[in-house]
Amino acid sequence: MNALRNAVRQGLRRGWTEFEQSLRSPQDQAFYVFTALITLSVLWVNRDDEVGDTGLMYPTFALPSILGALLTFGVVIGPAYSLAMEREDGTLLRHKALPQGMPGYVTGQLTYHSLSLVPSLLVVLVPSLLLFDGVMHGGVAGWVTVVGLIVLGLFATLPWGIVLGSVVPGVQKVGTWGMLPVLVLITISGIFVPVQTMWGWVQAVAQVFPVYWIGLGMRSAFLPPEAVTAELGDSWRTGPMVLVLLAWTVAGLLLAPRVLRRMARRQSGSDVEAAREAALQWIK
Amino acid sequence: MTATPVPHDPDGSLAVRVRDLRMNYGDHEVLTGVDFDVRLGEVVCLLGPNGAGKTTTIEVLEGFRLPSAGTVEVLGVDPATGDDAWRARVGVVLQSWRDHPRWTPRRLLRYLAGYYAPYSTPTHPRPWDVEELLATVGLVAEADRKIATLSGGRRRRLDVAVGLIGRPELLFLDEPTAGFDPQARRDFHDLVHRLSDLEGTSILLTTHDLGEAERLADRILILADGHIVADGSAEALTRQVAGTSEVRWCRDGERFVHATDEVVPFVRRLLAQHGDALTDLEVRRSSLEDTYIALVQRFESASPAGRHLAEVAR
Repeated sequence: MNALRNAVRQGLRRGWTEFEQSLRSPQDQAFYVFTALITLSVLWVNRDDEVGDTGLMYPTFALPSILGALLTFGVVIGPAYSLAMEREDGTLLRHKALPQGMPGYVTGQLTYHSLSLVPSLLVVLVPSLLLFDGVMHGGVAGWVTVVGLIVLGLFATLPWGIVLGSVVPGVQKVGTWGMLPVLVLITISGIFVPVQTMWGWVQAVAQVFPVYWIGLGMRSAFLPPEAVTAELGDSWRTGPMVLVLLAWTVAGLLLAPRVLRRMARRQSGSDVEAAREAALQWIK
Repeated sequence: MTATPVPHDPDGSLAVRVRDLRMNYGDHEVLTGVDFDVRLGEVVCLLGPNGAGKTTTIEVLEGFRLPSAGTVEVLGVDPATGDDAWRARVGVVLQSWRDHPRWTPRRLLRYLAGYYAPYSTPTHPRPWDVEELLATVGLVAEADRKIATLSGGRRRRLDVAVGLIGRPELLFLDEPTAGFDPQARRDFHDLVHRLSDLEGTSILLTTHDLGEAERLADRILILADGHIVADGSAEALTRQVAGTSEVRWCRDGERFVHATDEVVPFVRRLLAQHGDALTDLEVRRSSLEDTYIALVQRFESASPAGRHLAEVAR
């Protein structure tokens, strides 16, 4: 039996178990319901607003971009938070003490956060399809593009969640190191308002990061062809979109294992103990 | 990385070999030259005051921390370069806190057990059967409860089970019974004896409980002032370091106390001298605790005279 392959199998099993447990947990269910309610309320309140002169209603225009933002947020902040948390609570250390434990652990993380994406997108997508008319203009080809784009977006962003979780000094810092920058990026990336309404340099910054491109790709899949006039350069820029996301994927896959290994090497029981002491201080 | 064979232990009778282990954090020297061995099948207890470096020592042996200097061999391998096959032979009992709150003990143990299957051999099958292990550590009733709902003592049993799941040849336990009630403590001691007697597992544990050390350990090491200041069985240490006993008695309603190395001649003289006037005769042997306190006080002061005693105690 190959030990590494066995560990990867263990990781898949771990990811699935965590996913199942998450679906059954009232805490996580509440989180899904909360995200869905907020998003759907925003769309519902603006349901009769036309976006610019595209002839599109706000929910139709915004939903694809919001799905892209949910994806980015979920697979960057999710792993970042898990990693920071599980470094402090000893989960990581337990895996360090196992033969081939780290490959198993990382596989578990990747599996769990990829699977979690499904419910977090579905809770927004399914009610939207029921509540609003003309959400998907692309037909079957559109759905296939959406699935492909989700996979590509996952590869482009998930490794960065791992990087973030490895470098962040503690759980309390995930907010300022992770949540804040990601939310700022989402705000400037044309998710809620078209990117053209931003200053020129902000548009340039937005186009460096994957959030903008995932949103753009999503719009290209959902919206009718004539909506392209609302985009920069009147183009879906599918080629550049794929290239930018691939570039982020490659960079992430190169960096994440190194950062992760460095973090895991430095992890010891004393760190877990120190985190515990710190947490007890917080409670007091 | 491949495991390096031990050059210094040709007959392979050592589970742990530590020579001149040093650890600095910045300018602060935590370990100033630790030397000791753990032989195969031996239960060794590492005692010492808080901050003496017990946990650091154990973490170096576990391969979780790199020493500043010195030679460390665990099952014949330097933990810093130990590969996964080596890892599979070593068990680590960690102080868990709130990890895996949604898992149940049975599910977690089954999952962790899966990692050891590739390292099973006909002579040493791995992992431990989960049901059997749950029964061994006394967690059958809680096997399907969420780990978050377990009491501190039950959680420690789970920690011990996790450390044992791969049927390790060598087990490290850092304060395994902290937070145990007396019954749980006794059960744990039985478990350690069983592991040592039936499985031949070598065990290195740290504790603050001197009674526990006396009951469990074949040999006790006392770590103070960054190095091992005493190494021997509980009895030997008590004899060597604080060899005196205390004799207390009453005569004419008055209490007397006398410390002596030669109890029997002293008591004989006492009886001959006072006869029936003597009441309430009591002889108290100095305990491991007396030894421990005496040693630690001597070495904490770190005087050259104190250091000299290390040689005597060895």
